[in-house]
Amino acid sequence: MSFSDSFFATKFGISRRDLENYLSEALGRGGDYADLYFEYLATGSISIDESIVKSATQGVSLGVGVRVIAGERTGYAYSDDLSPEKIRHAAQVAALIAAGPAKVEQTPLEEGRKRNLYPVLTAPSETAFKERVELAQRADHAARAYDPRVFQVQVTYADSLRQVLVATSDGMLNFDRQPLARMSVFVLARAGDGVPQQGHSGGGGRYELEFFQKERTPEYFAGEAARQAIVQLDAVEAPAGEQVVVLGPGWPGVLLHEAVGHGLEADFNRKGVSAFSGRIGQQVASPLCTVIDDGTIGGRRGSLNVDDEGNETQRNVLIENGILRGYLQDKLSSRITKATPTGSGRRESYEHIPMPRMTNTFMLAGDSDPADIIRSVPRGLYCANFAGGQVDITSGNFVFSASESYLIEDGKLTRPVRNATLIGNGPEAMKYVSLVGNDLKLDEGVGMCGKEGQSVPVGVGIPTVRIDRMTVGGTA
Amino acid sequence: MTFAAVSYEALPEIARDVVKQAVAAGASDAECTIAEGDEFSANVRMGELETLKEAGSRGAGLRVLIGKRMGASYTSDLTPEGIRQMVRSAIDLAALTTEDPHAGLPEPAEFGSLTGDLQLFSNETAKLPTEERIAIAKRAEAAALAVDARITNSEGASFDSSVNGRVFANSRGFLGAYRSSYCSVSAVPVATENGSMERDYWFTIARNYKGLEDAETVGRKAAARALRRLGAVKVETQRVPVVFEPRTARTLLGNIFDAVDGRAIYRNASFLAGKIGEKIADERITLVDDGTIPGLFGSSPFDDEGVPTRRTAVIERGVLKSYLLNTYTARKLDLKTTGNASRGITGNAGIGHGNFFIEAGTRTPEEIIRGIKNGFFVTELIGSGVNIVTGDYSRGAVGIWIRDGELAFPVSEVTIAGTLQEMLNGIAEIGNDLEFLSSVSAPTIMLGEMTVAGR
Repeated sequence: MSFSDSFFATKFGISRRDLENYLSEALGRGGDYADLYFEYLATGSISIDESIVKSATQGVSLGVGVRVIAGERTGYAYSDDLSPEKIRHAAQVAALIAAGPAKVEQTPLEEGRKRNLYPVLTAPSETAFKERVELAQRADHAARAYDPRVFQVQVTYADSLRQVLVATSDGMLNFDRQPLARMSVFVLARAGDGVPQQGHSGGGGRYELEFFQKERTPEYFAGEAARQAIVQLDAVEAPAGEQVVVLGPGWPGVLLHEAVGHGLEADFNRKGVSAFSGRIGQQVASPLCTVIDDGTIGGRRGSLNVDDEGNETQRNVLIENGILRGYLQDKLSSRITKATPTGSGRRESYEHIPMPRMTNTFMLAGDSDPADIIRSVPRGLYCANFAGGQVDITSGNFVFSASESYLIEDGKLTRPVRNATLIGNGPEAMKYVSLVGNDLKLDEGVGMCGKEGQSVPVGVGIPTVRIDRMTVGGTA
Repeated sequence: MTFAAVSYEALPEIARDVVKQAVAAGASDAECTIAEGDEFSANVRMGELETLKEAGSRGAGLRVLIGKRMGASYTSDLTPEGIRQMVRSAIDLAALTTEDPHAGLPEPAEFGSLTGDLQLFSNETAKLPTEERIAIAKRAEAAALAVDARITNSEGASFDSSVNGRVFANSRGFLGAYRSSYCSVSAVPVATENGSMERDYWFTIARNYKGLEDAETVGRKAAARALRRLGAVKVETQRVPVVFEPRTARTLLGNIFDAVDGRAIYRNASFLAGKIGEKIADERITLVDDGTIPGLFGSSPFDDEGVPTRRTAVIERGVLKSYLLNTYTARKLDLKTTGNASRGITGNAGIGHGNFFIEAGTRTPEEIIRGIKNGFFVTELIGSGVNIVTGDYSRGAVGIWIRDGELAFPVSEVTIAGTLQEMLNGIAEIGNDLEFLSSVSAPTIMLGEMTVAGR
């Protein structure tokens, strides 16, 4: 598809000439670089509670963000009205970051290479709403049928279709259509008059609705959520203090996101405020660890054809055999530090300034058998699922909260334990990785990453991993 | 500067028209919310302006009921065509939901709005020139950098402000609108010593820039906070008294808020479900939700269903007195709404709070610390390890170790754990230092004992 057939050209009559005019307006006061980010977002959501479809919502938002960079300064303005006078006005406001006569010749816009990591003909948000309601209802039925101890089920289904257009003063013109869908199931179970316990599961990606009919069915997510709630009914107190910890494959990859991922975002490193600043080439993890951030995996929640600054996403090696290799760059940081862009500039919406962010972050598989890894531990904790995490990038301290974990006693998983937070220090924690499994798994597609008030969808993944020392925040 | 093609004054008429169109299209009831906002933000770093952002936007949302079925939609396109599409969309969706016997608007007698000036809005900040805003942020950062040679770097300082308008109309004739404003100054210095690097922040916030703490004070406080974290160690795993400073104590209130949210109560998804009238906390605790206090950040004349805000005692001298409810959760529980409906611009209302705070005690934080031989003073909490269903609590913590009644040395990379049930009953001291810097506010709180996990 060429620009003249693209969404913003056909639906809003925006021409190449218009874009060039807005960009020169933005550079009118002497800025070095300008870009425009047009966004049209259509969303749909369904919520089931007590087996009642209590809510069905649809909506649209649209707007354009204008950014001007002058040296290390950024001016930003946006408009939720795409009329030429409003866009020009936003461009004039953003232009104020620079003071002087226009100095940069704008490069004629040229369309970028086309590829499609999510060849979705009909996005889930373009299907009949009724079909989506029925999928959510199936999850409700399945969770209730799983076990008589299940007494509450909530199902949320949400999808979106985002149309974006990026035009830059250095001549880049890119547009993309980004479908996304997710189903989440939350279950409460109780034995007799006992304390209720919760289980949670969900997943999705940039797929057709068929994904939920064939790949990951509502019954799959429902069964997983119900199973977790039932397991927790027998949970004992979690241990407190340093333990051997084994992370199961998949979602426990959130460790990488918190322990290293954020600390490698170029904005923090350019400013020298990350625990990883100035450590390229140093050993920051055990030689068994190779960590990748890859925005190009087909259909994944964290994948994008182009980032929110118009650059193609790519596969970036963050840590190779324990050695720190690279940072995640956005346009501003790569301009200032003369680094090669990594396609990591992302933003929540047209109202937000892009920054370096992760896409899908995971560790490459090793060669240990996962069963042997568990067998190698006389006493420790096995974590199968996490609720999320957080990091202080300056001190490097990070946490992630286990939602399903088990005691390991004499090389066997024994009792499930209650929720506990694990804590470690980024550049240190992964030095204690002593075994890496051959079972790399990516998460199911529910991740949301927050940074400086902006949320973006991401993915994580990890094989089974043994960490010889990590502090577990239990009470026992 | 505003981008809004439609002025704030015109929004009530649009909301009323949306409701009218929805009823004409077959809705038995309809609610329309319109929100608009203008934001400004200037960030400086190492003495230089780094980003300047200025813009505005608005959106309208509609929720319709056709009998006992609901449908909802929203749009940022307030043109007649955009609104027609929004109405059509909500009506269409109502056909796909299930009848919900408890769905509906508040009872007619419940609608209303507080009268009198709640002092939520000031136009003063808008008159402050951009150059001065940048200068204020620069002064805050410069003051932080000047405190000590170990403040070597900065994540910057900022001046932020916003003006927001909110309009709500429904098919029972309620129409209300109010504006609010705020501005804030914050600084995030970085301290370094012997390979240890720590950052912390401080901020000031007010409805109007004239109410802000001065920029230098903000910078100096932020620097002092970052400096006192340097050289932090991990302690042995042990059970000790834990003191939460106001900034961390308010996160405990956030957990209690989640546990008295009417939605968690009717689903039996809270450890406080069914506990009304029972003693659930130490008798020193009185916890209030009050949306009526002029000028404060959690105040508003009516909630997001058009019910006036009020003062609700949630915990009184340790006894659970009330949940926080909207119309739907109240009906589910056979109770009355507490005026705590909250939503973005569309969908069924959730639950929000007004000013949610613990009443202050009489002792100063210094007096509380002086009474502790061996304990942990918590200045920051990270992670989300709180389970409202069971009350299990486990979070990452940063702070200062208390030795013989003094703040002795910094501690990090530890967790604190227990259950919210034990923690509420174990509150041993409440400080006199309650300040309303946000809609959730707490004084210093001391808990008798928690597990600190470290080495």
